[in-house]
Amino acid sequence: MIEVHNLTKRYGQHVALDGVSFSVGCGEVVGFLGPNGAGKSTTMRILTTFMAATSGSVRVGGDCVFENPMRVRERIGYMPENNPLPSDLRVGDYLKFRAQLKRLANGDSANRIAKVIEQCGVADVVGRFIGQLSRGYRQRVGLADALLAKPELIVLDEPTAGLDPNQVRSVRRLIRELAGGHTVLISSHILSEIEMTCDRVVILHEGRLLASGALEELMAKANAAVVAEVRASLTDAKKWAAKLALGQAECAARQDGYVRCQFTNAKSADAREKIFASANERGWPLRELSRQAPSLEDLFVNLTHGNGGGK
Amino acid sequence: MSVFRALVRRELSAFFQGPTGFIIIAAVLFLIGLGFVVVLSGLNGQATPIPVTQVFYSTYFFWLILLLIAPIITMRSFAMERASGTYESLMTAPVGDWQVVLSKFAGALIFYAILWVPLLVCSVVVRFYVGESAVLGLGPMVTSALGILLVGCLYMSMGCFASALTRNQAVAAVGGFAMGAALFFTGFFSYFAGDRSDWIAQLARHVSLANHMESFSRGVIDLGAVIFFLSLTALFLYLTHKVVESRRWK
Repeated sequence: MIEVHNLTKRYGQHVALDGVSFSVGCGEVVGFLGPNGAGKSTTMRILTTFMAATSGSVRVGGDCVFENPMRVRERIGYMPENNPLPSDLRVGDYLKFRAQLKRLANGDSANRIAKVIEQCGVADVVGRFIGQLSRGYRQRVGLADALLAKPELIVLDEPTAGLDPNQVRSVRRLIRELAGGHTVLISSHILSEIEMTCDRVVILHEGRLLASGALEELMAKANAAVVAEVRASLTDAKKWAAKLALGQAECAARQDGYVRCQFTNAKSADAREKIFASANERGWPLRELSRQAPSLEDLFVNLTHGNGGGK
Repeated sequence: MSVFRALVRRELSAFFQGPTGFIIIAAVLFLIGLGFVVVLSGLNGQATPIPVTQVFYSTYFFWLILLLIAPIITMRSFAMERASGTYESLMTAPVGDWQVVLSKFAGALIFYAILWVPLLVCSVVVRFYVGESAVLGLGPMVTSALGILLVGCLYMSMGCFASALTRNQAVAAVGGFAMGAALFFTGFFSYFAGDRSDWIAQLARHVSLANHMESFSRGVIDLGAVIFFLSLTALFLYLTHKVVESRRWK
């Protein structure tokens, strides 16, 4: 669906994107991840034909965004950063206006508008001015607009920014519902969000591609931590942990006489077996032994420290 | 075509959804009324050798409306969309750059035309009392309307261009005013030029809006003036399109 090759964008001296390449297949839900200023919005603007790139090629559904912008625009539903909406229009009128711009046929347009109103839960506010809506509703109106023409590709730039937890949850649910029927590209600097909604991530940092791939694959690359809680004195536990030599170990005494040891960089898969056997040998009670799935946060910190920091 | 119509309707509705449009209409109504009173009291029941329409253009009010109100009509067209960010969702919908430029221009021009409706009413009132068609003939009225429309085309296109250059509405208004005033006052030189026939005087005479409007108000359609207005309008619309397009330049 999307093929980005060697994409570079410069604003004068500032390099916003530096040779980024990635691709997104049909029906995938892909997260675009990076801190603010990483180039997410710039990439999305280029993808949606709003801006031109300095160099590189971008194809959406086989059409080049520079040569065939109209064909590309017909394929996409885009919600820009901060979800800009005209405050002087009523929700229903705005959707009608957008349907006309997107060339929905008259009969079709009424059906589609009714459908997206239902899908995005904005039925209660159809007659209200957009300027008077709460952020959550505005966001849903933006989503309704993006879905309006049943686009093959939906591009959402930070769709949950500024929402409260309940609203975030409902927007996430909506995005998950879209998976399958549409290809979805979501940007976010909130890692847990991408983790919950996307099959695949593309990680950007300072205009460069840090990583791209299935979430599990990237997770597997990140080092899992193993946690063990044993009943022992802190000094004993520290010695024990050092002797085990399972990467970096951190030990902290709990209040009830247990010591919590966290082994990061525990590369070997049987680290837990080793820990269990060793604790057993010493006759230390062991009340917790678990392998902690790395969060995307860990992954991101790992990647940015490794590649971006030294630049 | 329906896309274009939707865009124009959106442009017009933006004037009337808020107070902006009504404030502009009120201001213009006041100026037209004032001009009308000045014209009437100047005539003072006496016969006039020149058409009433021409008298109106020689008052300041007409030019005041054009110079001051035109940039206010057009200032929001692009600048506001840019400032609010809706420009991005507009320009990523399947609409062409020309469609956007022309719809904004058309919306402004239609609103501008609506502003002049009270003048038409004033003319009808005069005709009703004077009764003679010689003073306020149909011919001069139609050509005057054409003149107002043509000068409006030029000023709206100029204002759209100024608005496309910035995201700040105040800057757009000042920019539009500066261009409009520059053109207007360049034409003023033709009064000082007198009988001079060097190129500066000729240029001043050629760009003199007052001269062009005078011939329209006399009931004459000056082809040179028509071409002058339309060509400059086309030039500014072309420049506006270039500015809109420039975001996609590499």
